[in-house]
Amino acid sequence: MSTGTERGRFANVSLQDIIGWVLLAVIGLLILDLLRQVIVGDLPLGRLWAFTWNGIVDSLYIGLAAIGLSMTYSILRFANFSHGDLITTGAFTGWTAAYLVGGIGIAELSSRLLLRADGGAQPGDVGMDVVSAPLAIVLGLIVAAVLTILVALAIDRLVYRKLRDASGIALLIASVGVALALRYIIALFYTTDTRGVVASSPQWEMPAFFPMETINLHEATLVISALSLIIGVHLLLQYTKLGKSMRAMSDNKDLALITGIPTERVIFATWVIGAGLAGVAGYLIVLDRGQVTINLGWFLLLLIFAAVILGGIGSIYGALAGSLVIGLTINLSLVWIPADLNEIAAFTLMILVLIFRPDGLFKGVKTA
Amino acid sequence: MSERDSRRSGSPEPVRTRLEALSQWQYDLVLIASVVLVTYTGFALIGLLGGVGINSIVGFLRTVTFYAAVYALVVLALNLHWGYTGLFNIGVAGFMAVGVYTMAFITASPDSTPAGLGLPIPIGIIGGMVAAGLVGLVAALPALRVRADYFAIVTLGLSEIIRLALLSGSLRTIEVGDRVYGTGGGSGIQYPPVDTIIPWLLDQPIISVIGDVLFEVGATVGIQRSVILGGLYTLVLLVFVGLFYLLLSRIGNSPYGRILKAIREDELAAKSLGKDTDRAKVTAFVVGCSLMGLAGMLWMGSRSFVSPDSFMPIIPFYIFVALIVGGAGSNTGSIIGGFAFAAFLWEGPRFVRSILNANLNLRSPPTIYDAFVELAAGDLTPLVGYLVGSLDELRFVLVGVVLILLMLWRPDGLLGHRKEIAAATDLSRRRPTTDRPTASDGGETDE
Repeated sequence: MSTGTERGRFANVSLQDIIGWVLLAVIGLLILDLLRQVIVGDLPLGRLWAFTWNGIVDSLYIGLAAIGLSMTYSILRFANFSHGDLITTGAFTGWTAAYLVGGIGIAELSSRLLLRADGGAQPGDVGMDVVSAPLAIVLGLIVAAVLTILVALAIDRLVYRKLRDASGIALLIASVGVALALRYIIALFYTTDTRGVVASSPQWEMPAFFPMETINLHEATLVISALSLIIGVHLLLQYTKLGKSMRAMSDNKDLALITGIPTERVIFATWVIGAGLAGVAGYLIVLDRGQVTINLGWFLLLLIFAAVILGGIGSIYGALAGSLVIGLTINLSLVWIPADLNEIAAFTLMILVLIFRPDGLFKGVKTA
Repeated sequence: MSERDSRRSGSPEPVRTRLEALSQWQYDLVLIASVVLVTYTGFALIGLLGGVGINSIVGFLRTVTFYAAVYALVVLALNLHWGYTGLFNIGVAGFMAVGVYTMAFITASPDSTPAGLGLPIPIGIIGGMVAAGLVGLVAALPALRVRADYFAIVTLGLSEIIRLALLSGSLRTIEVGDRVYGTGGGSGIQYPPVDTIIPWLLDQPIISVIGDVLFEVGATVGIQRSVILGGLYTLVLLVFVGLFYLLLSRIGNSPYGRILKAIREDELAAKSLGKDTDRAKVTAFVVGCSLMGLAGMLWMGSRSFVSPDSFMPIIPFYIFVALIVGGAGSNTGSIIGGFAFAAFLWEGPRFVRSILNANLNLRSPPTIYDAFVELAAGDLTPLVGYLVGSLDELRFVLVGVVLILLMLWRPDGLLGHRKEIAAATDLSRRRPTTDRPTASDGGETDE
């Protein structure tokens, strides 16, 4: 009997090792091939830079959302499937606020309140870009964060608080219910139509030493906002008492309780930070893509999960690293494969890494 | 004793004793049949009061039965994964897609684009089941290596990989020789629908007589031929539900099923007792995936083409809602859950909408803003009209709310409080006074 299990364990380890080595070898080969293509001239440097830049932009908004998902995962101990719809909530509430302010005197109240659900008022006419309506855009960003936080806190009060002691899977199932209800309540007001709400982005000429000639101001806004928020969260977690309590609670909940950390207050803070970042992420994604749809967050959710899992659930820095890997994968993979297969590359990478390292690249917290 | 008495007091004594005399499966059959009958009578009454014609009512009941049957099939298969083994598989749609696409490839005509092999439907069904099982096997090897919460996301990732690959333009057409095979991308594959097997059956010598009688009866009552044909296909589905039920109950009560339940409760303990839990899990996963493939093929049975849009990642969650409504771990609960989902959450609201539309002169304003403006002017009907018009959205809200309420109030579902006896002989029956309240919950209903 014992020999059987020993053999089994060795077989496990070797299979994992093999997959790990194969994965590393493939990544190494791809890098070599990338260098070859650049040297031979198959891949112009400008294109490579565009892929990398898009990868960074993608990884930043995925990262914003992933921080929140990772925090709820480690502190509330469940995979929150309604996180994607918090992103959607942020997108709709934020842009509604931006339209309400930016569209005064240009568009009718109904089109501004319902984000052009009636098809009126083109975004270009309203002047929805960062140069024409900077105040409206910034206000929208703040409203997106605040309202998403309020929605998340209300959901916590109504649903998750009553399930604090339930198993991770029970909470997961409840969160799926929350996701559906939230998304389609939004759809009830805003309809299910996909529509453009942002005017095309103004471009700025860049000085000669930059790798690109012009910069898309909406992308720049996204990058600057996301980076400052990420640095803010880092400072909060590392240097405040609240941050310390949060890290303690994600590390060992029982020990945190015994040491007298106010768990409900930590959970409150978790929702505030997580939902706020998710709302901002949703708002910024719309700023970058120009379009809004009720499936915005739901379609992103699996990529965000992939990022969180790659980094190891529960580690915020891991989640950021995972987001970078996912963001770069879905863009750099375009060097070799067509655009409609890039998410497959990301999910495959996630599954392979999980075989190689079942706890993610960084060690995660066990939940279920 | 007192607990028992209080539970008994709910229903009349003679009925209760007669029900208790039934064996488990008879009791379950009575339960399912009564739930279905009560629901149908209710819908028929509402329909008749609402002035709906008999053809529409029968058509509606057939639709409900059809969806109840297909949901029951998938839910039963999922019950083997989640209810028995505790594998949280949310990639159901992917395995269904593999089954249906394989069948489409096998049965599609060699002359169409994308081309198929042109083989008969039964071979296609077997091929689809084998393919879904094989993909399940490939999926199980990495998926079972990770812990429970990652497992869920890995399965969802796999189902998305499958769907995106089917949708992708690069696999749309693959030329082999002078024929063009492939997935067809977003437009999918054309193939003969599974339910063409019904007209074929009715052409056979003896069965054709039954068919003629049915059509005559239908013509006199006012039921169209297509409704009857659809009804016969639904009947075939019900037979499959019965077969699934028998198979899964057999698995659940076998020594192998006890290993599965042991894994669900405590995998480490099962392993410590020398059970090969990995092997048991892989087998259960593969069998479940194969059944999901079959259920998918029967589900898409009345369609003549398959496209990736039928396998969106939200589908598994509908299945989970149905499973949880019924109660995970109970096959009877799975069937009732599938039925309840189809009748009350899925088709019921549409029925109510058609009655409302027929009886009230509702008009739907273009946006909810206009509805509120008219509400402010004292007219409530535009808002009602808008809500009725956006019933598809409201239905999803309803599904979400039901799921939340179930997790809050009744996480075990309607029948989840039933404990299936693990031992080969029911030890609790011998000592009714001590063990009864906990162990023999089997025959009781608190509803």
